[in-house]
Amino acid sequence: MTKPLVDIRDLNVTFSGERTVHAVNGLDLSLAPGEVLAILGESGSGKSVMLKTLLRLLPPRRTAISGMISVDGVDVLSLSGRRLADYRGRTVSMVFQEPMLALDPVYSIGDQIAEAVMRHEGLGRRAAMERALDMLTRVRIPSPERRLKVFPHEMSGGMRQRAMIALALACRPKLLLADEPTTALDATVQIQILLLLRELQREFGMGVIFVTHDIGVAVEVADRIAVMYAGNVVETGTVAEVIRDARHPYTKGLLAANLHGAVKGARLEAIRGAPPALERPPEACSFAPRCDFADERCRTAPPPVIVPGPGRRVACVLADRLEAAE
Amino acid sequence: MSATDLAPVAPLPDRGGPQQPLVIARDLRRHFPIRSGFFGRRTGTVHAVDGVSFEVVKGETLGIVGESGCGKSTTARLLVGLIALDAGDIIFDGDRLGDELSLRELRRGVQMVFQDSYASLNPRLTIEDSIAFGPRVHGMSEGQARRRARELLASVGLEPARFAGRYPHELSGGQRQRVNIARALAMAPRLVIFDEAVSALDKSVEAQVLNLLADLKEERDLTYVFISHDLNVVRYISDRVMVMYLGEVVEIGPAEAVYARKAHPYTAALFAAMPSMDPDARTEEPPLAGDPPNPIDPPTGCRFHTRCRFAEAVCTAVKPALASVPGEARGGEARAEAHVAACHMLVAGSGHSAVGAAA
Amino acid sequence: MAVITESIAAPVERTQGYWSGVARRFRRDPVAVGCAVLLLLLILAAIFAPYLGLADPYAGSMARRLRRIGTPGFPLGTDELGRDMLARLVYGGRLTLFLGITPVVAAFCIGTVLGLVAGYVGGRTNTVIMRLVDVFFAFPSVLLAIAISGALGAGIVNSLVSLTIVFVPPITRVAESVTASVRSLDYVDAARASGAGAFTIVRVHVLGNVLGPIFVYATSLTSVSMILAAGLSFLGLGVKPPEPEWGLMLNTLRTAIYINPWVAALPGLMIFVTSLCLNLVSDGLRSAMNVRD
Repeated sequence: MTKPLVDIRDLNVTFSGERTVHAVNGLDLSLAPGEVLAILGESGSGKSVMLKTLLRLLPPRRTAISGMISVDGVDVLSLSGRRLADYRGRTVSMVFQEPMLALDPVYSIGDQIAEAVMRHEGLGRRAAMERALDMLTRVRIPSPERRLKVFPHEMSGGMRQRAMIALALACRPKLLLADEPTTALDATVQIQILLLLRELQREFGMGVIFVTHDIGVAVEVADRIAVMYAGNVVETGTVAEVIRDARHPYTKGLLAANLHGAVKGARLEAIRGAPPALERPPEACSFAPRCDFADERCRTAPPPVIVPGPGRRVACVLADRLEAAE
Repeated sequence: MSATDLAPVAPLPDRGGPQQPLVIARDLRRHFPIRSGFFGRRTGTVHAVDGVSFEVVKGETLGIVGESGCGKSTTARLLVGLIALDAGDIIFDGDRLGDELSLRELRRGVQMVFQDSYASLNPRLTIEDSIAFGPRVHGMSEGQARRRARELLASVGLEPARFAGRYPHELSGGQRQRVNIARALAMAPRLVIFDEAVSALDKSVEAQVLNLLADLKEERDLTYVFISHDLNVVRYISDRVMVMYLGEVVEIGPAEAVYARKAHPYTAALFAAMPSMDPDARTEEPPLAGDPPNPIDPPTGCRFHTRCRFAEAVCTAVKPALASVPGEARGGEARAEAHVAACHMLVAGSGHSAVGAAA
Repeated sequence: MAVITESIAAPVERTQGYWSGVARRFRRDPVAVGCAVLLLLLILAAIFAPYLGLADPYAGSMARRLRRIGTPGFPLGTDELGRDMLARLVYGGRLTLFLGITPVVAAFCIGTVLGLVAGYVGGRTNTVIMRLVDVFFAFPSVLLAIAISGALGAGIVNSLVSLTIVFVPPITRVAESVTASVRSLDYVDAARASGAGAFTIVRVHVLGNVLGPIFVYATSLTSVSMILAAGLSFLGLGVKPPEPEWGLMLNTLRTAIYINPWVAALPGLMIFVTSLCLNLVSDGLRSAMNVRD
């Protein structure tokens, strides 16, 4: 077995301030080099917090982080100063949901990409501009020479997202983090960006962690899916395993709520209630209050992690029984 | 229904009978001028809604789909009278807006639920006050309006004693959207328009709200117009579907007919762009290239010709009219149940080489 | 059904309202609270000056000119005419605070109305009001205040009028932009969709949501107003001697700067501290009024 590119062990992230929020609770996750992992979860599941922790973007004063994160053999939580700056952008880079906020409005696209390349790789300006042009070509921006000089606000939504991907990949990171990069886009543009990401991933061979709330998007881009709930991963497996043989009641509920193939007029099997506020760290299964199958074990102790197959993990006492039932 | 519902804000009576469509929208047109410079010179025109006609049959749910800039939200706001029409007619249960029906009367009959559950509630008002505002404006006494607000809270699944006194920021997104639904229902409307009303909710909460909408429709004999970009949701909830592109209707028909046979190339592309749910059959080729063009000074002829792979000379030159989709059992363009689309490939003799071969 | 009916009749749980939330968040900001307390003390001292057992602020004596700070009987020394500095500073606060706050209050009322109308009605009305406001923006506020005061002549009332004119445009502009942004929110559309008239919508839905931000902005203007009022007095366009007023005192003590710099600096220090406190309180209010976090 190869060494994982990303290895997260027992990660806890707690925000303090007006309210205390235990956003991530004992999360374990790993990503093989060149693998695409989709993190599937709803708002408040801790998926975006986990992504920001990986890039060390959380405000240190209000955040308590414990556990271990290793990316490409580097202990991320101990990084600081120059080495942190090198890690961000060189080893790992990120694409955001809203490119307008992530791109600098006062520099042209070409300048922004070239600047990143010069800073991280020490290239000269001419070589950096060539790289910028190459990147714009790779993300299939039409007439890239002209677009080098264009400012973010002069581009359409889809083009901006392509430009941001070009910027993120300009320094050939080993790991790309994507935080719902297609959520704000129209359907016909979303699919273009998803296919582009899939293609570039193959070309560059990087690992990708793709955060989304949309199961369909996860199916389109990912090799594996990790379903997050209340700050922890409740189920992981390959895309096919999770879609066709979901074991955790929450995953099953999400699949039903996607309405793919729902019969018109039939009642939807909605998950009742709402996710927990996480003001205290969970002491039992966080999903138990919303779960139709919950029993005494679920309400008293954290669920065991059951491994139904290689690379597959389900945090539910019923994972085995549900399997037997089918 | 209880006595309070017969108070000032009672449901409007059904005047036209079941055969009369609840809403007939005829050739709706709304352009927004773009002004710039010191003197506000007109430098362009957004063709937000450009000659849109459709009917909403009593008791049905009409789904409207399309991408940004297609005019679906503008259409919704025109129907509630939030923006004025440049041209065209809105006929509500047989009465034409303007001469036979005042704006105030229209707003009694049509209410809207917005996408942003937070922005659509006044942060300084309690939930109860927000819901009671409409009935109060229409002359209901404070006590009656409060009572109605609490009844409605209960019927959208929020316990009145716990929620009536709360402020919007103390509620979750799903709860706020329930409040918005209650607020719309407080006016006892006959038509409720949902403008991406469940799009911002988490999937598990969205399913709860969709169930609620189905219950309320049954209970209160409502008619829905449901706008969404999520084709799965629209298919689940709608009886008929209308597809819009750049301010125009490109296809309307019964939901199952449209899903079974996407007559317009744009409809086909929109459906093909939905992420696949089958890991072994992922999408390999994006159905359309580029972004939807912006509705400022749109293309001539068929507005989709710039992105359509079947486009020919005739598409640039001549605007296609809505025509019934050949091979569909129910013909007749005027009928509400008809499946119609605006594409030259559907009309014999239109000059397109692929007539009859499409889709 | 019985359960629901019972629930409708049940007393409603009251949660904390908006303003108590603001108060709670404000209390957690030690700097803002400290400044607010200091300001309150200053205002109280100014109001109750005659009852504080201070020396007569007008009674001078050539024999005891420009005493140092800490002189027995004169804790803050005396000015160039031998008047007690402590008494003059406290009494001076009356005029200075009055001259600082009154024009802002007046401008707040006028500007809010103008801004509400311009922002809510929009269109041509907006253009007329806002272009008019822009004309005043062409001049720096200090120059404008001096010009108007100069034209009207010296005196307290005239300086109040000129300062009010100076502050109406910025408040109108803020009120207009806040109103326009609230007007575009869905809850205003929802209120329109329920058939309410413009006046009702403004009263119920707009006013409550725009007053806060405008008030905060006006608070920050108070410090500017105080400095301008002091400046007008300094130039001889506002308060006339022998009235105690911080700006005027700064002017008359100017000549003593080489003889007794500490005493000469005191009025300036008061202006500085008061305006700093006003700004910090207004900052604190602004962040406390942010509901979303």
